[in-house]
Amino acid sequence: MDFSRISRRHLLQGGAALALGGTIGARTAQAAETTIGFIYVGSRDDYGYNQAHAQGAAALKKLPGIKVVEEEKVPETDAVEKTMESMINLDGSTLLFPTSFGYFSPHVVKIANKYPKIRFEHCGGLWTEKDPKNAGSYFGYIDEAQFISGIVAGYSTKSGKLGFVAAKPIPQVLRNINAFTLGAKLANPKATTQVIFTGDWSMPVKEAEATNSLIDQGVDVLTCHVDGPKTMVENAARRGAFVCGYHVNQSPLAPKAYLTGAEWNWEALYPKFLKMITSGESIPNFYRGGLKEEIVKCSPYGEAVSAEARKHADEMKAKLVLGEYTIFKGPILDNKGKTVIAASVERGQKDPELEKMDYLIEGVIGATS
Amino acid sequence: MADASIGLWTVPLAVLGGAIRVSTPFLFVSLGECITERSGRINLGLEGTLVMGAMSAYGVSYLTGSPWLGVLAAGITGALLGALHAGICSLPRVNDVAVGIALMLFGIGLAFFLGKPLIEPTAPRLPAIDFGWWSDIPQVRAALRINVLFLIGVAIAPILYWAFKATRWGLLIRTAGESSDAARAMGHSVLLIRLRATMVGGFLAGIGGSFLSLFYPGSWNEGLSSGQGITAVALVIFARWDPLLCLWASLAFGGAAALGPALQSVGVTSGYHLFNAAPYILTLAIMIITCSPKRTLTGAPAELSITR
Repeated sequence: MDFSRISRRHLLQGGAALALGGTIGARTAQAAETTIGFIYVGSRDDYGYNQAHAQGAAALKKLPGIKVVEEEKVPETDAVEKTMESMINLDGSTLLFPTSFGYFSPHVVKIANKYPKIRFEHCGGLWTEKDPKNAGSYFGYIDEAQFISGIVAGYSTKSGKLGFVAAKPIPQVLRNINAFTLGAKLANPKATTQVIFTGDWSMPVKEAEATNSLIDQGVDVLTCHVDGPKTMVENAARRGAFVCGYHVNQSPLAPKAYLTGAEWNWEALYPKFLKMITSGESIPNFYRGGLKEEIVKCSPYGEAVSAEARKHADEMKAKLVLGEYTIFKGPILDNKGKTVIAASVERGQKDPELEKMDYLIEGVIGATS
Repeated sequence: MADASIGLWTVPLAVLGGAIRVSTPFLFVSLGECITERSGRINLGLEGTLVMGAMSAYGVSYLTGSPWLGVLAAGITGALLGALHAGICSLPRVNDVAVGIALMLFGIGLAFFLGKPLIEPTAPRLPAIDFGWWSDIPQVRAALRINVLFLIGVAIAPILYWAFKATRWGLLIRTAGESSDAARAMGHSVLLIRLRATMVGGFLAGIGGSFLSLFYPGSWNEGLSSGQGITAVALVIFARWDPLLCLWASLAFGGAAALGPALQSVGVTSGYHLFNAAPYILTLAIMIITCSPKRTLTGAPAELSITR
């Protein structure tokens, strides 16, 4: 470069480059503290699945020496790879939480192979022996909490009709519906659960219509398995029905109508993970649990829940925590009259057969197809 | 609610209730689009306008505590987006369909961006008028809890029908839509007419959005519209640019949207995906029955870029 022609613009460019170098230096210095990256598929204040994870992230933020970086609405495509790489390379994250089911294969697997020193914790429970060792997956048996919700719902219903607004008939959803119904039948053997599938994870108008149709049928306690339970909770409460929440505590939306709910307990799990890492322990690559392992929890009871219901629900909760009770214990018939779990069979929490569930049990009104 | 089951009667009742509850956004967007298209322009951006309207209505209602101010804000937001569309389209050789798609993406993106802090709070909602007081059946009462916006929409349709036929500005809009040369020869500015028509269309679409967030389903979230704006634009073609037909078509679409959940609730569970698709099947069927290769669609304004 001809020095006589250094213009003001060149000087500014040089200055900017220096400043940039400075900030990068500062960043590496900061990286002495642990940076953790969170990736959400939707909006993190959706009163649902993503908010549950964001609450877990918030619990980590409170710990000293921890920096949390977050990105919302990252689709389950190449986009998540770019987000992970930028969290690793630009923010210096050493632990990543890609929280959506569809992120795992091939995206997390690919990036985990590329960065063997970074730890990846994927929510969804898809890890197998073939996958990289620095990646792991965790998930919770939230049907245990749905079972407790079912007990409370069974006591609270006057008509004996419960409603379930569900997205799609996949095993996880069916397991929640069945566990909810088993709980309800424990409290009220005549109780039935009417299920409506809306067809997708976020369909507010359909969810509102489903809620109204169920209530028109005489249903007086509703719960759901969709991404954002807000629509169901608000519309059901407006019509004077009770609700059991899902994903997070929705009682602020309907304080009078809210009975209890099945919540994720990521704010207990994530600090646990961090402790394992800092103490040099390795996190199991395949991590699962329910109420006992504090991966799921039940919302505090609403004021409308009777003392009898509280007592029974607390009792069963204690039994589940101690591992003394099996929810899916034969004989269980499906709603077409076929035996799906034989008389002497107990399918415990971790039974892989339950992950293939494709039936609705006796007492559920609805069909999987 | 003791012994509240009314069995199979739920289905017609839910379809009626759904027609009233779900149809309002369709109605407002399609009436708005009807005005715009009659002036010779297509505004495909109404999906974005609808979502922006929903977001701004919710935000203003939350901040001021008055849902009616929210409705007004939604209308104004819609009119501004309409003005933007018309402004860009008045430049030479600009394609209104392409601008519409761009504005649709712009509107949705902007609404999601600005609406981020609004997902959690609960805003005051629009009141409902209880038209079911005469009935003891709670289901009937619930179905007949009607929002004023729906009534306004129902009133606008015949007024618009009459206005297109009998008023000066209605005829002017039609002239601009049928032959811009004729309008120009009469000494009117076609661009100005279209600007106004697009703004009014946007205003109505914005109000349609406010219904979504302030009445039914009644809160702001990002999946709120799920394509209702686009459906309503298609509905105008389906309704042959006739405001009265827009009303019936909107009611049919609203009722059809309630059909899937209602049938599942009474135990008709097979093929619920098919019932959920009912509105679209209905559209396709009518399109196939009425289309002809020999002529353009009856009622289509001659200046529309899709018919020209």
